[in-house]
Amino acid sequence: MNRLLYFIKKESLHILRDVRTLLVVIGIPIVLMLLFGFAISTDINNVSVAVCTPERSASIDRIVSRISHNEMFTFNGYVDTKEIDEVLRRSEAGAVIVFAQDFDRITSGRIPGEKAVQIVLDGSNPNVAASAEAFLTGILNQSLSGTGQMGMIESHILYNPQMKSAYNFVPGILGLIFILVCALMTSISIVREKEMGTMEVLLVSPVRPIWIIVAKMVPYFVLSCLNLMTILLLAKFALGVPMTGSLLGIILISIVYIILALGFGLLVSVVTDKQMIALLISGMLLMLPIMMFSGMLFPTENLPWVLKPFTYIVPARWYIDAMRKLMIEGLAFKDILLEFSIICVMAIGILRVALMKFNDRLE
Amino acid sequence: MKRENIISVRNLTKKFGAFTAVDGISFDVAKGEIFGFLGANGAGKTTAIRILCGLSKATSGSGTVAGCDIISQSEDIKRNIGYMCQKFSLYEDLTVIENMELYGGIYGLSSKEINSRAERMLKELEFWEHRNDLVKSIPTGWRQKLAFTVANLHGPKVIFLDEPTGGVDPLTRRQFWDMIRKIASEGTTVFVTTHYMDEAEHCDRVSIMVDGKIMALDTPAALIEKFGVKSMDEVFRSLARNAVRNE
Repeated sequence: MNRLLYFIKKESLHILRDVRTLLVVIGIPIVLMLLFGFAISTDINNVSVAVCTPERSASIDRIVSRISHNEMFTFNGYVDTKEIDEVLRRSEAGAVIVFAQDFDRITSGRIPGEKAVQIVLDGSNPNVAASAEAFLTGILNQSLSGTGQMGMIESHILYNPQMKSAYNFVPGILGLIFILVCALMTSISIVREKEMGTMEVLLVSPVRPIWIIVAKMVPYFVLSCLNLMTILLLAKFALGVPMTGSLLGIILISIVYIILALGFGLLVSVVTDKQMIALLISGMLLMLPIMMFSGMLFPTENLPWVLKPFTYIVPARWYIDAMRKLMIEGLAFKDILLEFSIICVMAIGILRVALMKFNDRLE
Repeated sequence: MKRENIISVRNLTKKFGAFTAVDGISFDVAKGEIFGFLGANGAGKTTAIRILCGLSKATSGSGTVAGCDIISQSEDIKRNIGYMCQKFSLYEDLTVIENMELYGGIYGLSSKEINSRAERMLKELEFWEHRNDLVKSIPTGWRQKLAFTVANLHGPKVIFLDEPTGGVDPLTRRQFWDMIRKIASEGTTVFVTTHYMDEAEHCDRVSIMVDGKIMALDTPAALIEKFGVKSMDEVFRSLARNAVRNE
């Protein structure tokens, strides 16, 4: 046990002396959180909306008032039919709502088959256009509900009623950071010893190989717990993520996921002898699937059917799913038992394979 | 005086599939002896050393190192040996004393023991004032000497040196061999591999491996005489010329 402590001290010194890397490891989660939370946002803000209507009526005024009271939109005045193209081109408006002649008669069903409203959008930023369209349609549907024309659909957004993208990114960032810190840093740290030849000296010593590995993992485990704490605090107090679910569940599943990531790191370090290759494997084989298949950036439901099965084998997908349930939907630990069990099984599996391979390589 | 063998190996063989890396080698090394283990690249030296250090299991054959069986007591062997290789020059981002604390700790020395031994050894080396320097700030020659000191910190019965003087200047090499002779005179057995044949002449006895077999084993003087040549270099070349394996 005493020997293990000497090793842990040594590993901690390696990390503490490499100040630049340490700053990156501690800084990246903070930068990512602030970047995704504030700067890179898929939320829409202040989209100017112009209205084109041949006639004013009480119902049209009501719709315009609803739009101008919505914080996503700024009402930018009335325009003439001929001006629609011009205001969109000059970016004076991101969307123009065009009411039909006889709007009230159409909506009351007196002129069947006619469209009552048309939304014209500036598509130069498709994301903004798509969101604006969805929200404007929602507002129009609400306003026209009961008229029997357009208002039959009731859209109701749960859990993230403001549709804040930051909420969604927090679990994704956690899923990514732990792989980065645990898998990438651990594998590089083990492979570096192989490259330097110190691993051989350690193996000739009376220390059991498994303790060498455990000692390497401990500081990164601590560092990851520190990252978890920072991210959760930032999420709660800087980004205002609700986090009404089980905090114990968040910590428990994160710890298992961290162990799983450490297992990946060990596995990578076993199969390679070069730091560069370890970096590439961790970067390409671990990070890319997380970005693509975990639901971090794109919803897994939207993937083509050929790629969908991949999402099931990406541990981050289950972790991110579970964290969304706990952090955003405010569910209890029992509601993420499936995800938790899957991550536990994956962690045990990865560690088993990694340790078996590690022992094989020693011989 | 009765010769006490610290390494004793009989018909040691290691096979990797159909390839026989070490082919039935037998030899003894006495306590306090400097034993040169020579051979061209790919001759099987590293595999043999790995077996002797307890890193790898022999396919067949038997042997003891420091009184421990190489098949069943490999973990006990590790406690009694020291090891240093050419690539190893300590952890660069740790100080000299931190490196010594780490290796002393690994071998189960108490902090008090580590400190007193480190002080004695570094003072002998006239390096005590630099104990808190980071290894990366120390010149290569010094690093190798320090690495040797660290490998010897726990007072091993046998110290394995795998090409310890690779990339070291002639003056440091000479100092290095002075250090080797000193610890051998104190009773530590030195098992050394080298590609420098002038160094081989510093050894008490040398063995030369070719294609997994030991083709010559004697004192350097006896080998030079037996082969009717002038130097160990010529002895080595006349044996290695017939090698089938070539890396």
